[in-house]
Amino acid sequence: MKKIVILGGGVGGTIVANQVARQMGKELRNHELEITVISDSVNHVYQPMFLYVAFDQVVPEEAQKPEREILDRHVKLHIGSADRVDRDAKAVIMEDGTKITYDYLVIATGSRPAPEAIDGLEQGGYIFYTEEGALKLREALHNFQGGRIVVTVGVPHKCPVAPLEFTFMVQEWAKARGLGDKTEVVYTYPIGRLHSLEPVANWATPVFEERGIESHIFFNPETVDASNKTITSLEGETLNYDLLVAIPPHTGQAVIGRSGLGDAGNWIATDRHSLRMQGTEDIFVLGDATNLPISKAGSTAHFEADVVASNLVNLLRGGLGSIRYDGKVFCFIETGLKNATYIQFDYTHPPKPQEPTEMIHMFKLAYNRMYWLTPAGVL
Amino acid sequence: MEDVKVIDARGSFCPGPLMELIKGIRQEPVGTTFEVWSSDAGSAKDIPEWVARAGHEIVANSEDDGIFKVQVKKLR
Repeated sequence: MKKIVILGGGVGGTIVANQVARQMGKELRNHELEITVISDSVNHVYQPMFLYVAFDQVVPEEAQKPEREILDRHVKLHIGSADRVDRDAKAVIMEDGTKITYDYLVIATGSRPAPEAIDGLEQGGYIFYTEEGALKLREALHNFQGGRIVVTVGVPHKCPVAPLEFTFMVQEWAKARGLGDKTEVVYTYPIGRLHSLEPVANWATPVFEERGIESHIFFNPETVDASNKTITSLEGETLNYDLLVAIPPHTGQAVIGRSGLGDAGNWIATDRHSLRMQGTEDIFVLGDATNLPISKAGSTAHFEADVVASNLVNLLRGGLGSIRYDGKVFCFIETGLKNATYIQFDYTHPPKPQEPTEMIHMFKLAYNRMYWLTPAGVL
Repeated sequence: MEDVKVIDARGSFCPGPLMELIKGIRQEPVGTTFEVWSSDAGSAKDIPEWVARAGHEIVANSEDDGIFKVQVKKLR
């Protein structure tokens, strides 16, 4: 029997499991193939909803479902924390000592926000990239009576459009609550323009001017002084704030470090086309866990998962597993509370943002509800 | 050069070569030299601009068959 083990029950890992299961149902039923997903949570979480949780538009329960309900019934689900990957034994060793062996391993462990990487941030600022953080920010916004809101962005971070989205949304939110005249919105960005994607930055620049959003470029947050309510960049600039909302730097997961598979940030060196861990034939890596220079986003994991699933099926049927990932990424961009746009690009085609429309915003809201078809391998 | 950490950011529109360099600089020790590979001509300008502001050092800046290679040493 061949064994596929998928480490991580997020969007990427779940798509791989379901797509392989759908194409190899006969082999699964005949016990010629076993697929196991390892996850440290019983629930599958749709993280983009946290942005809306912060504004009290949805509650966390709407952003999660039991992973078991999403997975094909022939896929095994092992709930627990992985201690390490033992490449010599071709096994994942769980914290409780359980050993789960594999012929092919898919690492889809994602990334995590690391607010502790910025001195003082946990005491002085808010984040919306976790459920706990989004709930604390919801409370802070609920009590907000006007003042200077600073949105700051660390490197690296996932969902690269979320900082811009939050900035636009919080300004409209303040106006809608009658606090527009008493609220200043300030946005900082690590490089020399408003967004890493030049067309998005070119589009956002006049929008910032028109809406009166203050911006500070070449600003990499380094320290926060919670008592004096200031934030200082490594480039030496200091800003005052009344409410600080940070997109903190992210790191790869600790299990990658314990397994000796990653670099200093626990990112795994991955071939940009084959999505195999460099130097291996039996380990695939996808989503935020890679060291690839592409957006850390659910759509990236989704498109990579399509390639990994196709290659696994191909390999199990005697092929060479040579289907290539082209770097495809797709992102919606909320441009306020009523309009949105989107971008799509790959390794060789730069993005061309479309004019924001209400229709795209409505589609984004609809997709938030349809999301569950994505990990199911349908959409 | 033996001790150079290559950051292969060819074809990176987002986060882009400079952001990949900042990620590397954040996680590696002082004294590390990086070589950023970029297919974007803008990198030859915007990487040195940030490096100057952040107090690091440009070691080399060249083009090789459409690929821009910028070497940066982390100083602090």
